[in-house]
Amino acid sequence: MSDDSLWFRPPPRPSHPPIAPTPVETPRVEISIDGQAVAVPDTATILDACRSIGIDTPTLCYLETLTPVNVCRVCVVEVKGSRTLVPACSRRVEPGMEIQTNSPRVQLSRKMVLEFLGSSVDLSTAPTALEYSSRYGANAGRYGPAKEAALAGERDAREPGHHHPPGSLHAETVAQPVKIDNNLYVRDYSKCILCYKCVEACGTDAQNTFAIAVAGRGFDARISTEDNIPLPDSACVYCGNCIGVCPTGALMFKSEYDLRQRGEWDEARQTKTDTICPYCGVGCTLSLHVQDNQIVKVTSPLDVEVTHGNLCIKGRFGYGFVQGGDPDKE
Amino acid sequence: MFGAGGGTNSYREVEETNVILLWGSNARETHPIFFHHLLRGINHGARLFTVDPRQTSSARWADVWLSLDVGTDIMLANAVGREILAAGLENREFIGHATTGIEAYKAAVEPYTLERAEQVTGVPRQAIREMAHAYAQAERAMICWTLGITEHHNGVDNVLALINLALLTGHVGRYGSGLNPLRGQNNVQGGGDMGALPDRLPGFQHVEVEEFRAKFDQRWGVKVPPKRGWNLTQMFEAMEHGELKALYVLGENPLQSEADQALARRRLENLDFMIVQDMFLTATGQMANVVLPAGAGWCESDGTVTNSERRVQRVRKAVNPPPGARDDVAILFDLAKRLGHDWGQPNSEQIWDELRALSPPHTGMSYARLEASHGLQWPCYDENDPGELFLHSRLWEQPLNGPQVAFQPVQDDPPVERLTPEFPLRLTTGRRLDDYNTGVQTSGFSSPLRRGETIDISPDDATRLGVCSGEMVRVSSRRGHVEVPVWIDERLRPGLAFMTPHFQDEVATNILTIDATDPKAGTAEFKAAAIRVDRIGAN
Amino acid sequence: MDLHFHGPDATLTERSVVDSVLGLPPSEGPGGLRITRDEGHHSLVQRSKLLPAFHAVQNRFGWIPPGAMDYICRRLSVPPAEAHGVASFYHMFTLKSTPPTVVHVCDDVACRIKGSEGLCTELQHALGAEGWKRSPCLGQCERAPAALVVRAGETPSATSVAPANSQSLLAARAADLPASADTRESIRASVPQFGSDNLRLLSRVGRVNPCSLEAYQASGGYSALTKGILQGPEAVIAEVMASKLMGRGGAAFPTGRKWEAVAKAPARPHYVVCNADESEPGTFKDRVLMEGDPFAVIEGMTIAGLATGSEQGYLYIRGEYPQATERLKHALEAARAAHLLGPKILGSSFSFDIELRSGAGAYICGEETALFNSIEGKRGEPRNKPPFPVHVGLFGKPTVINNVETLVNIPQILALGGEAYSRIGTAGSAGPKLFCVSGHVTRPGVYEVDFGITLGQLIQQAGGVAGGKAIRAVLLGGAAGSFVGPDQLNIPLSFEGTRAAGASLGSGVVLVFDESVDLADILLRIAAFFRDESCGQCVPCRVGTVRQEELLHRLRSGKPMRSYADELELLKEIGQVMRDASICGLGQAASNAVESAFATLNPMPKVAQIR
Repeated sequence: MSDDSLWFRPPPRPSHPPIAPTPVETPRVEISIDGQAVAVPDTATILDACRSIGIDTPTLCYLETLTPVNVCRVCVVEVKGSRTLVPACSRRVEPGMEIQTNSPRVQLSRKMVLEFLGSSVDLSTAPTALEYSSRYGANAGRYGPAKEAALAGERDAREPGHHHPPGSLHAETVAQPVKIDNNLYVRDYSKCILCYKCVEACGTDAQNTFAIAVAGRGFDARISTEDNIPLPDSACVYCGNCIGVCPTGALMFKSEYDLRQRGEWDEARQTKTDTICPYCGVGCTLSLHVQDNQIVKVTSPLDVEVTHGNLCIKGRFGYGFVQGGDPDKE
Repeated sequence: MFGAGGGTNSYREVEETNVILLWGSNARETHPIFFHHLLRGINHGARLFTVDPRQTSSARWADVWLSLDVGTDIMLANAVGREILAAGLENREFIGHATTGIEAYKAAVEPYTLERAEQVTGVPRQAIREMAHAYAQAERAMICWTLGITEHHNGVDNVLALINLALLTGHVGRYGSGLNPLRGQNNVQGGGDMGALPDRLPGFQHVEVEEFRAKFDQRWGVKVPPKRGWNLTQMFEAMEHGELKALYVLGENPLQSEADQALARRRLENLDFMIVQDMFLTATGQMANVVLPAGAGWCESDGTVTNSERRVQRVRKAVNPPPGARDDVAILFDLAKRLGHDWGQPNSEQIWDELRALSPPHTGMSYARLEASHGLQWPCYDENDPGELFLHSRLWEQPLNGPQVAFQPVQDDPPVERLTPEFPLRLTTGRRLDDYNTGVQTSGFSSPLRRGETIDISPDDATRLGVCSGEMVRVSSRRGHVEVPVWIDERLRPGLAFMTPHFQDEVATNILTIDATDPKAGTAEFKAAAIRVDRIGAN
Repeated sequence: MDLHFHGPDATLTERSVVDSVLGLPPSEGPGGLRITRDEGHHSLVQRSKLLPAFHAVQNRFGWIPPGAMDYICRRLSVPPAEAHGVASFYHMFTLKSTPPTVVHVCDDVACRIKGSEGLCTELQHALGAEGWKRSPCLGQCERAPAALVVRAGETPSATSVAPANSQSLLAARAADLPASADTRESIRASVPQFGSDNLRLLSRVGRVNPCSLEAYQASGGYSALTKGILQGPEAVIAEVMASKLMGRGGAAFPTGRKWEAVAKAPARPHYVVCNADESEPGTFKDRVLMEGDPFAVIEGMTIAGLATGSEQGYLYIRGEYPQATERLKHALEAARAAHLLGPKILGSSFSFDIELRSGAGAYICGEETALFNSIEGKRGEPRNKPPFPVHVGLFGKPTVINNVETLVNIPQILALGGEAYSRIGTAGSAGPKLFCVSGHVTRPGVYEVDFGITLGQLIQQAGGVAGGKAIRAVLLGGAAGSFVGPDQLNIPLSFEGTRAAGASLGSGVVLVFDESVDLADILLRIAAFFRDESCGQCVPCRVGTVRQEELLHRLRSGKPMRSYADELELLKEIGQVMRDASICGLGQAASNAVESAFATLNPMPKVAQIR
């Protein structure tokens, strides 16, 4: 190293803190929501506008870090002049929009969407969906008793454009055996509401690995690897970012799944502590979920600029080296 | 660089830059979440050039992959610089305003023609030309690198060659433009920032500057030695000569992580006394006289770490360490007490506040601010300072704020170990996605991706050697040999082989690597050894 | 992209089949390339070759073997999971080994009342489960029951057989049926008005050789394009505006406004897409036009390209129309050879070309944004609107998309003048209109009438109900349309007339059921159709179509869960959420026919009403 004084002394402080170029000021538009006048940037969605005035709009397929796919339709609102309801999560505001978020049409659609999901999907580990269901008075039992679960692989083999006509008076569901093909996480598609979030997180919105995609069509549409091959044969790199965005527990850490199977999963006994990943130098925030002094799963907060909620296999699963065992037991 | 050792830009800037040179880095696997930011940049239209002997998973995202021969980075960088000058694409205004020594640089790179570079690096000249023009003409451009640049016997020169390119084009000190080394380990950045360097006090304050030392002398009530110490390589050489007799190792496994393992073992055995403080009883620990079991810093204690974008972040205790293991700081406090200094009860915030009082770039970062913000970026001089999004904005101030920056011309210097008929293959090393360094931490979880250690070779070499995937072979260098299965990688080019350091207990890759080190930084040439591969039982 | 492949290597044959579509791969140096380009960036247009590659493989092997699938993915940089997602979306692609010849039997509404179930039983007996499969409407309703014999191999073929019986199908399956050289005779049967002088849209069908560009030109073809090039794009748009032409695909949007919006859109390039994915059950008019007058479709598209400043058009035709596909292919080549497509058309500065794309068995791809996705090599999932195609369409660019019939009107408009054209028909519905009359009528076929004729008059024109039976119901507008009863035959067939009656013209379907028909069975078939054809993207349609079918099944089997009234209330709520909250027209219309039947036709057996 030369003896250039620069290498000995820190450089002088800049006159002004360096800042990012300021984005162009976006014009604001005036709209009304449930009779209340609101002004929001013209880049805002109806959902943004609702949230800005504290109107709690249910969402299932929406996540701040993902591109809206507007498929669950639980966020629909009524816009004056529109023939159909519109999805709040993706529709941009337009000047003069008059929006109803709680009209009878809106309430009916939300209730029905939740009934459709409740009658076809196991929502037992989807607290948000259950809360919405009770909020909108959804009664999933109206469609009859659930049909028996499909055999392993049977739903994955269904061909588009064909289904067996209803032979019984039972309601069709997506029930099927849980897929366990690796030690890190399980896929229980009986709990899948097909919100596309995992596909987006595996794809261009975060991981860009494209190990999974939506396959099949209609009610037989499903999340699948190519040809339904097991994850270890697929492109999966076990970042677990799909688990991070799954709203229903269909994708679950094996550690959580095993504890639940044993009846030992107890969120009341758990703590959640944010720290920084011990591996490479990127500095990802890890939220450690700890039960009985054991890390039982690792998540990452969405609002951190470093990760946007995403991790890699080491950060998500590589904590085993500190699990020396419970000191109370040894 | 230019007085502060850290990446100049924030991760978010790579999302909005126009051209990215990813040089000697497989960030897709080694820095996956940084690569997420980079992918956003690509999806926003940035052009990616990767410079790597291997067509890594990162290189497969590139617009242009420049597959240079191992260790020809300066040849390539200087040729890029010469081409930029030849095409008149240098940023003359910036050069005149903020730099010195352009004439010397021009003269130094003059012999690095595209033709010669193509011949030496193996990269087609049109690819070099394309990268040079794209980089120089971009509104914003970044160079990012990892150990492919630094783990060479001339690693510092490699870095300087890249810095020269940024100076030549003015791609530094602006939003979306800069130079970004990606730190390989958690808190490698923070360790250096805190003065865990042989020549620095915390905050990059050189130990040989009286004014800096005085502050510490006063605060600590002791005289800080006024001369820089040894770097790791110098320490190992000192062991060899018996000048270094006692060693206190904290959280390192040098026996397995140093190049030329046989040599490292011999030198460690030469010590009179060794303490190893670690979470694991590592191979190095097994050689120690005293082992102090430590907790896991990231989840069994409180404190801070600093990441590759200079962000100081809080780590928090989430679990209790296993019985007998203790927080590193508590061990150090106890040790101090035994040595006659009672520092009281360790408290991470108090320690941090002491650092803030002594290190100007950290002064503004109170724990309260760190808690409220998911971390702050240094330098952060006072509690109203937001921290610097990117460094060196001063270079663009009119008039220039502070001294000019000098070009530091460097010359091509190929790997120490040349290929010979006896050792005809070039071995380079690196990490895989799901494993980490010597595997001590990652062996604690079962990765479905893990296939154990292999020597990856090209299909051509496999055919020539008559070996198939999975077959055990003997890999030899001038220093020793290991036995390892073959993995045929269709993306490797002939003559190049790849191994990782992840499975040292099964395959001690560092038996093969060469202990040729950079005289300035003390980094070993892990990236370039000469080897031969033989079928077992063939002779 | 750092894609991961797991499958077996493609065989030489598989590679060559894929290469025949994608061209030869660039040669790679030994041990990896020293330089690669654009591998990382999605090239949208490259990705759009996915379906053509699947078709080539499917046609050659009868299914898509995993090696071929992997090879396609490597060539196009498509992740295998995505490619599997795309292939498994389409009914005509098969992902498991299948015999080379498969008979697709239409069991949809029009064929159902003409004995398709019996045909299915016979084929099951003769061929076993592997040799045949059911298909939704094949668009041959005037000749029901219909089937499509698909044969894979080195010389693949697809042959429509209609009307079909098991003997004719087994014969067709066994032998290569050469396409008849003279193409005029056979199609006349589909146009009962053949020979009438009053036809405009159908004037050439069965009269002018559809395989001869000269014959087309001799009968006035391409004079409209010549005129359009002389007049210039603004004038063409002005004529189309003046004509008051409204889209014939079902949505009835003013064509001129669409064109103008695309012409003025600043983003480039612009695209013209012809929606020839005619799949609405009961619809076959576009097929007849494409088989009988293919150059008219191409001329209409070319004029659309001229008017909207587009240089590239895509004609997306459903995969179940082999003969129309052949005719269009031939016509495109002929037009190109005569410089009526390609650079500098007719010596002007206007350049335009058309690429033919085949669907692969997905009704939803008739929805315009699903169709774009399908061309782009994706699953045929509709996009949310807005943005509308005129701003963000194919490949994200401004796109005008018109139905075949709409485009065939364009040369007429330029020939007559927009003003004169607008005086045809009614005040709110300008022009001639094609109707697809099928079911229990004496002379089923495509009828060209002026807007405003009543439903009863049209049925009379088709010879009334065969066998002197009474009308039970008419399905107007297709499966997405609605049922009307015998008391509503005075509905004027115009956009405004049907709207006033609470119905819609849809795609021009008039499917007549006589009193022998079990309407409950028809409703169940329609409900099954929507369940099968839902893309599965949004919850209201994906689950609603299932719940609707299950409910109808309960009613039909006389086992309602609660009172009949409660079930009807539930049916209404299912219908409403589908109509209100579905992403696209499929879900929004999936309960139309069912609800209209319950409103007036009392479709369910009495036993269901006991409780």
